[in-house]
Amino acid sequence: MLSRLEGYSFDEVPWVSPKPLSECRVAVVTTAGLNQEGNADWNPGDQGFTVLSGKKDDFTLGHFSPNFDRTGWVVDSNVVIPLDRLNEMAAEGKIGSVSDTHISFMGAQPDHTLETIRLDTGPAAANILLEEEVDVVLLTPV
Amino acid sequence: MGTLASVFEQSGLATVAISIIREQIESTQPPRALHCEFPLGRPLGKPGDSVFQHQVLDAAFDLLKAESGPVLVDYPEEINDDADAPLSCTIPPADDSSKHPAEAEARGLLPVWRRSYEKYGRTTVGKAVTPEQVPEIITLFARIADGEDWTSVGLPGDPTKLGADIKNFYEEASLSLSEGVPGARQAETWFVTQTKAGDVIQRARIALEKQEAGSYFTTYILPMTQVRDPEGDSND
Repeated sequence: MLSRLEGYSFDEVPWVSPKPLSECRVAVVTTAGLNQEGNADWNPGDQGFTVLSGKKDDFTLGHFSPNFDRTGWVVDSNVVIPLDRLNEMAAEGKIGSVSDTHISFMGAQPDHTLETIRLDTGPAAANILLEEEVDVVLLTPV
Repeated sequence: MGTLASVFEQSGLATVAISIIREQIESTQPPRALHCEFPLGRPLGKPGDSVFQHQVLDAAFDLLKAESGPVLVDYPEEINDDADAPLSCTIPPADDSSKHPAEAEARGLLPVWRRSYEKYGRTTVGKAVTPEQVPEIITLFARIADGEDWTSVGLPGDPTKLGADIKNFYEEASLSLSEGVPGARQAETWFVTQTKAGDVIQRARIALEKQEAGSYFTTYILPMTQVRDPEGDSND
């Protein structure tokens, strides 16, 4: 049933050639509807985003859809936002560093054109990461 | 997910997306995607397994070596959800027989839920009510299930958010009633099929449909694969 979800594709696939991974600053962008400081709600259709601090593990998951497992998230947030794993990779020198700032949107949007995300909130969130000198973004769904 | 990746790439950031719905990633064509046939909600595959999570991340970041795209690679290991195998839990005794049986069941689970919260430090309850309010909300849904008008029982919020708080409360309590980390959706199936509150929400959903409360409420109050019609047949 979920496989019938529609999506918007660009006419041309954009492409950025990154630096060597060992020099890259990495951020996570998830569509899990994450927030911090106790706000555990996210309204269906809201194409806004939240800016997450990687310094505090007080994430809440507010995604409106009941159609995915949440117990894995409760037990280990890395299964959705793998900051511990990325920090380990940075310590090993596999990646350059981990951004202090990460971003969450919410997936399962009823507006399949994602017009607000494409034209407004998506570029705005990307600018925040560019200001943080992020090179590579890892995207995780739920 | 795929569209979002393209938006970020277009802004100047190199992206790699983990995918868990293959048809969606095929249709949206992000620059680089690692498709992982994992349960929804667990894009890194295995909670509590750092070795496995590192393997997934290594495979994802490997895609950055490609010189042109779109790149779509399948992760070689699949993980299925366990929705057909409900968690085996012994529910503690209800703590107050004067309450509706489903509310009494939830009151009995409150100390168990607190144990889970202390252990993991994380909850998904709180969309509309606190964990302590969950038991009394179940009684309101029981009244809807028994035929009362849903607009007049005093629900303190959106029925789908309240339903989510109830389901999530039970799922989190179950983490302290079972051994180890449950498979994906095992706790969900336990809640819907084995608990009094799950039965209440299922019957309330049917009552909301009859009362034409709105398709948003009746579509999202339970996971779509857990919806049963009044004769007990699955619609999945």
